[in-house]
Amino acid sequence: MGEQQDPSPNGIYSKPVSLNIEFSGGLEMLFSNQRSHHIQMPAKGPSKQPVNIGFLVRHLCENLMKDKRKDLFVLEDRIRPGILVLINDADWELEGEEEYLIQDGDTILFVSTLHGG
Amino acid sequence: MPPALPIPASKLCESCLSARALISRPKTHQKLCKPCFLSTFESEIHATIVSTNLFTKGSRIAIGASGGKDSTVLASVLKTLNERYDYGVEFVLLSIDEGIKGYRDDSLETVKRNAIQYGMELVIVSYEELYGWSMDSVVESIGKKGNCTYCGVFRRQALDRGAERLGIHHVVTGHNADDIAETVLMNLLRGDLPRLHRCTSIITSSTSSPIARSKPLKYAYEKEIVLYALHKKLDYFSTECIYSPEAFRGSARTLIKALEKVRPSAILDIVRSGEAFSRMIPSQAQAMSNCARCGYLTSQKLCKACTLLEGLNKNRPKTIVEVEAGIEDEEVSSSLWRGIEAIKLVEEGIAN
Ligand SMILES: [Zn+2]
Ligand SMILES: [Zn+2]
Repeated sequence: MGEQQDPSPNGIYSKPVSLNIEFSGGLEMLFSNQRSHHIQMPAKGPSKQPVNIGFLVRHLCENLMKDKRKDLFVLEDRIRPGILVLINDADWELEGEEEYLIQDGDTILFVSTLHGG
Repeated sequence: MPPALPIPASKLCESCLSARALISRPKTHQKLCKPCFLSTFESEIHATIVSTNLFTKGSRIAIGASGGKDSTVLASVLKTLNERYDYGVEFVLLSIDEGIKGYRDDSLETVKRNAIQYGMELVIVSYEELYGWSMDSVVESIGKKGNCTYCGVFRRQALDRGAERLGIHHVVTGHNADDIAETVLMNLLRGDLPRLHRCTSIITSSTSSPIARSKPLKYAYEKEIVLYALHKKLDYFSTECIYSPEAFRGSARTLIKALEKVRPSAILDIVRSGEAFSRMIPSQAQAMSNCARCGYLTSQKLCKACTLLEGLNKNRPKTIVEVEAGIEDEEVSSSLWRGIEAIKLVEEGIAN
């Protein structure tokens, strides 16, 4: 801990984590119509803090979401109310919501409750 | 593999105290494991059904099935409860084909699979066969603005007529607590007390229809319906109607979801407030007669569907304005649509 490390050219500070990201309830439409995505993401943020769900959400918006309608996924930089987040099958409310620290191999599901019944 | 670590107490199910909690209930923040959540959800629906004497043994009841999450969960739960508690009810899936290419085609495929999965008879009635107009052709004629009103009026009658053909007098729909809270809010904003009364009742033996409607999921949060569908791995379809852009439902829905985020009980509180208001509203006796054209019960000479059809057939879409004052339909989508239109008018009034 503590010692400086040269950032790699693309700004990644440590070895990446592999995650399974899933979208359901209509959100898949915002992510190339694909339900399941395997992604790699840096394990530490730019100031070397371990990455959390909040960081992941920004990462998804910037790197995975081709659709321009960002506000259907995030509102005021947070997950849009009405979208449920499940971390390894558990409601993210049980895991600290945005503050949950991402672990290698996590499965994170975003599901919209907003689509008609 | 390392041996499984004991589950920390803070992550245990608060009901069985043995399994890991996966669900945080929106009403109570109670933490539940998957089996405890599924059985709690089912028992609450059962309690609603029993306390309101919703079903009679030996009856046939149609489930208005769209292939979406709410009606799919409704069908699944009713099948489970019917077997578990021996309701002695025969359920039939009743689907409406509005004739919207690329939307209804796919969701009807889902309903067809559901019929097999739940061992229920499926009946599909189309706008085309009932009215001579599909929604695609309606939109082609009048454009996208206002088409939800047509769709809502047509759908209500279509469910009734479908049920009538089957000799069924009771249709259950998947309206959930969030839907009802939304409608209560919109009716309050419009000052529409008669409709407020109707949208909160668990069952409406409506003046405009011999077919009773009921909403067994009226106290079930949308969040729990989605979680139930997910954890039970139910096969449902989720795409917004291509003719119903966010803007229509959007405002009320966004408001409800934002309220839920800060105070999860808000949704049920609004439903309960709606019920409390509704008890203060005297029921209005309305003179009803049969539609001169199709025989459907109506307070006017022609029923709403026939009035809209007359306009369509003469290619005079303006009829829509006169029809809106009618009292017959209470479909969530169309009443909401009017509510949001009304708000827009007010906003424009303020802006000008
Ligand atoms: Zn449990
Ligand atoms: Zn008529």
